[in-house]
Amino acid sequence: MKPITVENIVKTYPAKNGVVTALKGISFAVDKGEIFGLIGPDGAGKTSLFRILTTLLLADSGSASIDGFDVISDYKQIRKRVGYMPGKFSLYQDLSVQENLEFFATIFNTTIKENYDLVKEIYQQIEPFKTRKAGQLSGGMKQKLALCCALIHKPSVLFLDEPTTGVDAVSRKEFWEMLYRLKVQGITMLVSTPYMDEASLCDRVALIQKGELLSVNTPKGITGEFKKPLWSVKANDMFRLMNDIKKDASVESCYPFGQVHHVVFKTQENSKEELERIAYTGNYSEVEINLIEPNIEDCFMALMQA
Amino acid sequence: MMETEKVISAKELTKRFGAFTAVDKITFDVQKGEIFGFIGANGAGKTTAMRMLCGLSLPTSGLATVAGFDVYKQNEQIKKHIGYMSQKFSLYEDLTIRENIRFYAGIYGLDEEQIKEKTAKLLRQLRMEGQDKTLVRALPLGWKQKLAFSIAIVHDPAIVFLDEPTGGVDPITRREFWSLIYEASARGITIFVTTHYMDEAEYCNRVSIMVDGRIDALDTPANLMKQYAATSMDGVFLQLARKAVRTGD
Repeated sequence: MKPITVENIVKTYPAKNGVVTALKGISFAVDKGEIFGLIGPDGAGKTSLFRILTTLLLADSGSASIDGFDVISDYKQIRKRVGYMPGKFSLYQDLSVQENLEFFATIFNTTIKENYDLVKEIYQQIEPFKTRKAGQLSGGMKQKLALCCALIHKPSVLFLDEPTTGVDAVSRKEFWEMLYRLKVQGITMLVSTPYMDEASLCDRVALIQKGELLSVNTPKGITGEFKKPLWSVKANDMFRLMNDIKKDASVESCYPFGQVHHVVFKTQENSKEELERIAYTGNYSEVEINLIEPNIEDCFMALMQA
Repeated sequence: MMETEKVISAKELTKRFGAFTAVDKITFDVQKGEIFGFIGANGAGKTTAMRMLCGLSLPTSGLATVAGFDVYKQNEQIKKHIGYMSQKFSLYEDLTIRENIRFYAGIYGLDEEQIKEKTAKLLRQLRMEGQDKTLVRALPLGWKQKLAFSIAIVHDPAIVFLDEPTGGVDPITRREFWSLIYEASARGITIFVTTHYMDEAEYCNRVSIMVDGRIDALDTPANLMKQYAATSMDGVFLQLARKAVRTGD
């Protein structure tokens, strides 16, 4: 029995002129103990899906189950066994750190003491501030408290909706380290993120865009689906270089990636020669051309265009 | 007379809140037309520094000029000569695209003729002709951000401050947004940008990295990577940010 199954879920919202379709028939399953990433921009449908799976929102059609329980008929059992960290900070701002944790433990008929082992490592980092009101915590500390509150009843499945959005690169790394320690304890996790680089930290990912899954695979599997050769190009005037490459009729796409541009050609012959010709004609200096492996972001963009 | 024009010049700029030093003697210059990345961990002091440079908060000590105006005495002049855009605050959702352009252009003192001309040009650049009567609320996030940026520079400011402009948008839109930044920079508008995406730091001409209120590193991305023996700006940032004593916002 898979901890999460999603079958052809459709969700629409009423809008001024008709309806907005947030999820267009989504299906996937998550294995026990897996960190499964839902990767996509704002408005892709990530939060709608989280709310359906945590029994807070009804889908128009399709079905879904958590630990074998149906999200509609067995919603009470599901609520007992899942932890949910919403994208928006949703703890009681007027309660202290400790009071929030006690509140959530009590709601789930347990005590902090009973499941302290699970939250210990994370809680110890915010314990010096346990009498401080949650509303007065920094972003990083709020995030840790929210994770503790989502874990205090020892859930079997943990839902994390954009836990690292707006968080700096160092705190993001630390947060992922915490998730790995939870994975070791056998907790299954569905985590969403708009940061493509975090895809490589998941066991498997689903790329989601406009309510549709573009691909579901391991990070390696996703990059393996990228069939065309990918070139990295660098020269002295990067902005002009991009325009020159884009003007070339044989080029399919050219996107900036930090210090280099990533280029894909429509056909696969003489690609390097073509890039060298563009660089030569445009009188560029410090030209570097390399054949490279695609990353998740390359794949996401290619799938968006497909 | 060949010295490059400085759009920002800060010397030992400091802001204290009581006993807490949010910004600790930062010294740096930004040249005209430069894309200047301003990065740092949450709580490093970026927002406080930006507020002083935008004329919204008076420094405790130190000196700074922005677009040639003094941050202590001429902060009203500064506000007129800069543009500002953040992910959190940008456009009025209940106004149409045309009304938003008109509103901001009016705020910045453009006359009727200029507003008309700018509106047409802006709609053409963004390929939004024929959609000018659409409510901003109905636009996808990426379009909103591109529109917000174009409106932030509608009065041709000397410099535009972008506070995490690309949060949450898809990777293609994020890159289209950076194309707009390059175009503005090529027109001589200076760009001052904060971001959590380290690949975007690599698009900047120079990057400053704040740690605990100080600027601990400032150079071109290539030089920073060489100096810190890193293969990406992410590597540079992690080395510096891990030294931080302060935590959180």
